[in-house]
Amino acid sequence: MPTVEIDGRRVEVPDGETIIQAAERLGVEIPHYCWHPGLPIAGNCRMCLVDIEKSPKLQIACNTRVTDGMVVHTTSEKTHAAQRAVLEFLLINHPIDCPVCDQAGECKLQEYYMDYDRQRSRVPLPQKVHKKKAKPIGPLVILDQERCILCSRCVRFVDEVTHTSELAFYQRGDHVDLDVAPGKVLDNKYSGNVVDICPVGALTNRDFRFHARVWYLERTPSVCGACANGCNIEIYHREGRIFRFQPRKNPDVNQYWMCDAGRMSYRDLQGEGRLQFPFLRGGAEFSRATWEGALGQVAGRLADLTRGNGAGGIGIIASAQASNEELFLLRRLASRLEAKLTGIAWSPPDADHDAFLIKADKNPNTRGLAQQGIAQGAGELLTAASRGELRALVLYRADVTHWCDEIAARAALERVPFLVVLDSHQRESVEYADAILPVATYAESDGTFTNHAGRVQRFQAAVAPPAEVRPGWQVLGGLLALVAGETSPVGAEQTFAALAEESAAFRGLSFATLGETGVASLAPS
Amino acid sequence: MAERLLLRCRDIPALRRLDVYLQNGGYEATRKALTQYTPEQLIEMVKASNLRGRGGAGFPTGMKWSFLPKQTAKPVYLAVNADESEPGTFKDREIIEDDPHQLLEGIIITAFAIRCHTAYIYIRGEFAHGAQVLEDAVAQARHAGFLGSNILGTGFDLEVWVHRGAGAYICGEETGLIESLEGKRAYPRIKPPFPATHGLFGCPTIVNNVETLACVPHIVARGADWFRGIGPEKSPGPKLFCVSGHVVRPGTYELPMGTPLREIIYTHAGGIPGGRKLKAVIPGGASMPVFTPEEIDVPMDMDSVQKAGSFLGSAGIMVMDDTVCMVWTLLVLERFFHHESCGQCTPCREGTGWLEKVLRRLEYGDGSGTPRDVDLLLNIAGNMMGTTICALSDAAAMPTRAFVTKYRAEFEQHATRGRCPFRPAPEPARAHG
Repeated sequence: MPTVEIDGRRVEVPDGETIIQAAERLGVEIPHYCWHPGLPIAGNCRMCLVDIEKSPKLQIACNTRVTDGMVVHTTSEKTHAAQRAVLEFLLINHPIDCPVCDQAGECKLQEYYMDYDRQRSRVPLPQKVHKKKAKPIGPLVILDQERCILCSRCVRFVDEVTHTSELAFYQRGDHVDLDVAPGKVLDNKYSGNVVDICPVGALTNRDFRFHARVWYLERTPSVCGACANGCNIEIYHREGRIFRFQPRKNPDVNQYWMCDAGRMSYRDLQGEGRLQFPFLRGGAEFSRATWEGALGQVAGRLADLTRGNGAGGIGIIASAQASNEELFLLRRLASRLEAKLTGIAWSPPDADHDAFLIKADKNPNTRGLAQQGIAQGAGELLTAASRGELRALVLYRADVTHWCDEIAARAALERVPFLVVLDSHQRESVEYADAILPVATYAESDGTFTNHAGRVQRFQAAVAPPAEVRPGWQVLGGLLALVAGETSPVGAEQTFAALAEESAAFRGLSFATLGETGVASLAPS
Repeated sequence: MAERLLLRCRDIPALRRLDVYLQNGGYEATRKALTQYTPEQLIEMVKASNLRGRGGAGFPTGMKWSFLPKQTAKPVYLAVNADESEPGTFKDREIIEDDPHQLLEGIIITAFAIRCHTAYIYIRGEFAHGAQVLEDAVAQARHAGFLGSNILGTGFDLEVWVHRGAGAYICGEETGLIESLEGKRAYPRIKPPFPATHGLFGCPTIVNNVETLACVPHIVARGADWFRGIGPEKSPGPKLFCVSGHVVRPGTYELPMGTPLREIIYTHAGGIPGGRKLKAVIPGGASMPVFTPEEIDVPMDMDSVQKAGSFLGSAGIMVMDDTVCMVWTLLVLERFFHHESCGQCTPCREGTGWLEKVLRRLEYGDGSGTPRDVDLLLNIAGNMMGTTICALSDAAAMPTRAFVTKYRAEFEQHATRGRCPFRPAPEPARAHG
């Protein structure tokens, strides 16, 4: 384990670690473009040249292994001169696109220019090399060849991570073009990642193009809910509107990447199709209710049914879209109501999946259902309902007509005397409901999901729920209070704490221990 | 040493034919090497000869061979660098076209020494004729049992493949060459690791220049001591010097290492025609710093030239008389490097383009030049040196620094005037489009 001294501070590192990695441990930034911890080393940008004692020439920090006793200076005049030189070289042909370039505000050329350069240009504008601009190269990605600094991160990504090799360099010298291979389109399932790793605005997201200046956006750490992988993400938002998802590093789940389907899934979370207000049915019509009124009605009817007939009258179907906290409160509710709680985790039969990140299970919390012992028996429950065996049915984030046998489901929904639908989006089941209670998405409340591998991960509220939508834990807590007169934990964190206390699968966990990257939990099922 | 060895082909017509070659003692050195020496002994012999690479870098050949791993499960490859692209250099071409079997002998002996059974001759695409000559020579040698299985009954197997390049100078860089052989873009690799441990297909590989390998049979035939005794001890042997430019007799001359540059220019190449005066001479190919007329008493061996501030390089001696504009000449050189830069690293990719632009406006004037352009050239070159993956950046920077430093007045005249003060020579086309 060699020890290296960087800018006067020592650190011991594992064998084989490079200077740039050692510097990261010390929190020392060595500016770089082509290096990326998730990609093979290229060493071509030359931005990370550093001054090593006893070495006559500067060496690149990304590819120089630390040896014991090595002394490195990242802020010496020699290093600064090299950084300024490389930046000047990069800027010679770089177009002055900042005012129209999406990358502004998260551009490494801008950042390093401000931090390490700030010199005036010595090349007349008309002499810059010109290449193709604004060229769409795939469904999600648009290319500007002039802005490209030829760091080769994107080429290495499609070669070594997705093994699809759509991108390559053509021609030579300062006329090298980054482009798609002849006849190819950048349409692999992870194409959006090249936008994340492009240090400049050469590869940008077509969906996000011109939508917002990034310095106005807030970032909230979360997890993607589009499948059971639970890729860690950041939700970029402003004033209640979500603009994009980007992957967040988690070495144990998704490394640095996420799939395009997950990346684009933010669009389903907002906009039309959301349930906005509590509704109660009066005859054939729905009328908007207050939360007080709606909760009162629902709790009242359910409690009546329980008192009236004992066990077996009430069914609750909870889907694998519900969070662990919501499932915990649903279990309590089921217990107080002596209701049968069953689960459903549906995915399209031909659901896309691969050996990398994409899981066929398109639900974020299937394992969470199993961890709390909720069996998947929605089909049987609906059959019972259609036979008239249920007095009430509560659907929690469960789109049963779509996920189960349509005819049977509709029959069940028609037949059951009291139907409560709690969901974020409009479902067909809403048409049969007696009460509709809108609950928030995972982008609008806190909570946890357990991914396919049993890893419990937090998601955090990025935007406020729209209209009069409320977080699920709040609605369920309200019902519990009215049904059983009990006080539930307030907030997702306290609910999780209660869950951890009672459940072996979550023993010892808390929001604090989950941190930002989650924890592998104990025996799942 | 008055006899020609490397250029025997000039004294013996049709030496490229195997029957003629055999009649003139051909393949005796190969027989001697394969039957009387072990591979290790041959490596020691070449080390003792002090043979240094003739491709441009001048690295001791025996030492390079000894960097191969002693034990390896991987095949060892030999890549012959026949990419000869350094401007001013045309020596390898003559060996290839007129004495290919000499090269093949060098290949066979070297392959035997380094325990290699597959050799590739990477020949620049433009040498169509040379490639054909080599293919024929390989076929003849194979037919006669000098290549293939059980060569000369020694049990040694060797196949030689001729691989044509497609017109890039950077394929002459040893790791660029290897990348190209692997079917990829010729982007030089970061070193270390060196080809001796991680080369072609990730296997131990030796890359040697044509002239270097052509010396090997002679070392075997006459001994390491003989070789080391020609010219200075640390940089010995017969050497091919390519003389071009303003001389009466341009061409390649085989002379002992250490022959003074003045002698090469004035005695062997006949001096400057038309009674003109020498203005500048590049000693070792376009990449090497230029010498002024005051500097031509330097012995042409690797260490002496280095001491004098340049490099013997590929021994491409380019002679310029006093009608030549130094700015125009540097523009021609930098245009070449701009055209040939592979584009992988920032300083070279952008710097070569920038140098060409500045020089072009100094020479032909486009209104954007300023007196600061002269120092700008030095500044750009300074930022290009020692900061890149391969030496092309240094190759572009060194001539810039040498020309501007040694002929500064001429550059400043151009800068002040805004264009060339002499009658300007025709403008070379831009490097890219």
